Amino acid sequence: MSNSDVILEVEDLRTHFRLKSGTLKAVDGISFTLRAGRTLCIVGESGSGKTVTSLSIMRLIDPPGRIVEGRVSYRGQDLLGLDEAAMEKIRGDRLAMIFQDPMTSLNPSFRIGDQIAEGMMAHQGLNREEARRQTLELMARVGIPQPDARFRDYPHQFSGGMRQRVLIAGAIACDPDILIADEPTTALDVTIQAQILRLLRSIQTALGSALILVTHDLGVVAAMADDVMVMYAGKVVEYGDVKTIFAEPRHPYTQGLLSSLVRLDDTRESPLRPIPGLPPDLARLPEGCSFRARCPVAVAACGQHYPALRPLQETHEVACHLVAEADAEVRA
Amino acid sequence: MSDAFLQVRGLAKHFPVSRKTLFQARPDLLRAVDGIDFDLPRGQTLGLVGESGCGKSTTARLVLRLVESTAGEVTLEGVDVLRCSRGALQDLRREMQLVFQDPLSSLNPRMSVGTNIAEPLRFHGLGSRAERNEKARELLDIVGLKPRDFDRFPHEFSGGQCQRVAIARALVLRPKLVIFDEPVSALDVSIQAQILALLLRLQSEFSLSYIFISHDLSVIKRISDRTAVMYLGKIVEQGPSERLYRNPLHPYTQALLQAIPVPDPAAKRVEDLGGLEGDVPSPIDPPSGCRFHTRCPHRMPRCVESEPLLKEEESGHQVACFLHD
Repeated sequence: MSNSDVILEVEDLRTHFRLKSGTLKAVDGISFTLRAGRTLCIVGESGSGKTVTSLSIMRLIDPPGRIVEGRVSYRGQDLLGLDEAAMEKIRGDRLAMIFQDPMTSLNPSFRIGDQIAEGMMAHQGLNREEARRQTLELMARVGIPQPDARFRDYPHQFSGGMRQRVLIAGAIACDPDILIADEPTTALDVTIQAQILRLLRSIQTALGSALILVTHDLGVVAAMADDVMVMYAGKVVEYGDVKTIFAEPRHPYTQGLLSSLVRLDDTRESPLRPIPGLPPDLARLPEGCSFRARCPVAVAACGQHYPALRPLQETHEVACHLVAEADAEVRA
Repeated sequence: MSDAFLQVRGLAKHFPVSRKTLFQARPDLLRAVDGIDFDLPRGQTLGLVGESGCGKSTTARLVLRLVESTAGEVTLEGVDVLRCSRGALQDLRREMQLVFQDPLSSLNPRMSVGTNIAEPLRFHGLGSRAERNEKARELLDIVGLKPRDFDRFPHEFSGGQCQRVAIARALVLRPKLVIFDEPVSALDVSIQAQILALLLRLQSEFSLSYIFISHDLSVIKRISDRTAVMYLGKIVEQGPSERLYRNPLHPYTQALLQAIPVPDPAAKRVEDLGGLEGDVPSPIDPPSGCRFHTRCPHRMPRCVESEPLLKEEESGHQVACFLHD
């Protein structure tokens, strides 16, 4: 891995929400790198901080939320240090985002074509005619049939899957280096989901861009990821390449998540193995490891201090006292 | 299977949808459910699976007569659900309960959890207040909540806990049939398995019969004795779950199974996800003949012209497709 491959480096990112009930630490000290052309899947359950991570990278955090610490460097430039005008030049141009619900991210009262063209006119200084021509090309590229006819349609005239294609067209209009997709297929039916995932992959390959895919669906992770980052209660608990994460998960949370899944090859006799208990309240996180209360193997040390994310191998990191101990013994 | 616990024949619901055209005399019909047949034996689970708009939720509401059907018959233990008197229906409703996807919106936010659970008893005029509360406490325990949760309010609970409350409320009348409409879809993976385990335990403990609606084929397979696959208001295939998943006969069922991502990168990557093209057509003006023909990879001329009927292929395994004619 050469350093020049790294296009995004996140270091000790902390995004907190100051609420009446206390400070909610949605993202609390996460670090990772993203390399060009790769797909990183951020996986976790609701409240794990995966969406806030992606919004923080895009600097789309609104009060009461605030990025309180950290660095997000894109090609060596710290995005968190930019003023809003400079960030606006990069957002939608070099870094683009696709959201879960295309209906709420499209303006219902503007024509589809104009909404796709908007970004190109703003970022690339195209005039209306050039932008229109390129928009029609984009619409064809993302698989919207009859782009000429549909250019003047409004969002409500599109199906869920077609709206997601519109968002993708808008996101790739300026050939971004980094595409961030937050649960892009969660609201879609399974046959449409497969279409959109295939489309994302083919576009990513064509553009050579890196993809950050935020999802709670481990099936989608297995289908798409090169690397996987597992989040729990605002922290990264495990990071590794996709094969390692699925074949040899080491963090008890990752292990629990994988064994709690109901799988297609299960029978009616297969045991159900839920993770007991509930995720912690992010405004009242316990001392030590956040997963301790639900962990089947927790020891006294887990209640004292949070385990650091430690490398086991070059491409595998785990934040767990027990794994660190076991690993130290193996090495000794 | 005329002695089935629940028997559904030719059930249909057509919703009139008015489009604003001056020259259209009759409104268009949205064929949400368009003539379906199924049986549910006592103590078993029927899984209803399909994509949005296929009519699975409408089916649930028709069976419970929460919406009036356009045609068809529903018989619960020999009682004609769709034609019985209002009074008889009231009694029947104690036997049949529905649990929704979003538990928070199906519970009364101004009532404590205990009162929420006891509410159906009050509605049906059963027991004194003390007896009803006693019953609610019992149910709280049965679904795995704590006695002190009785006085708390729904907003203090997580999604999974709210779903436990909704289940307790559905069971307080000791029904025989419970219909679950996407009961775990809004829950996190680690919590889904908790709720499924609870549902299976309750089923054997109280010998309940279930209709379980979901778009998640893995969940349906795990929980159902029989599975029915719906597409645009029709059942296109149904049969014993093990057999249907091992040997799916309808091209739509096959496509659904090929399109699901599985949590194993060694088994299935994005390139391997099934290749069904196009969108689901509108149920307002569904395609002629077989409704799946616009997306079917095996389309033949007769599929456009006439409609295949559900036919038994193997014992208990039915499919509506000319490939199996």
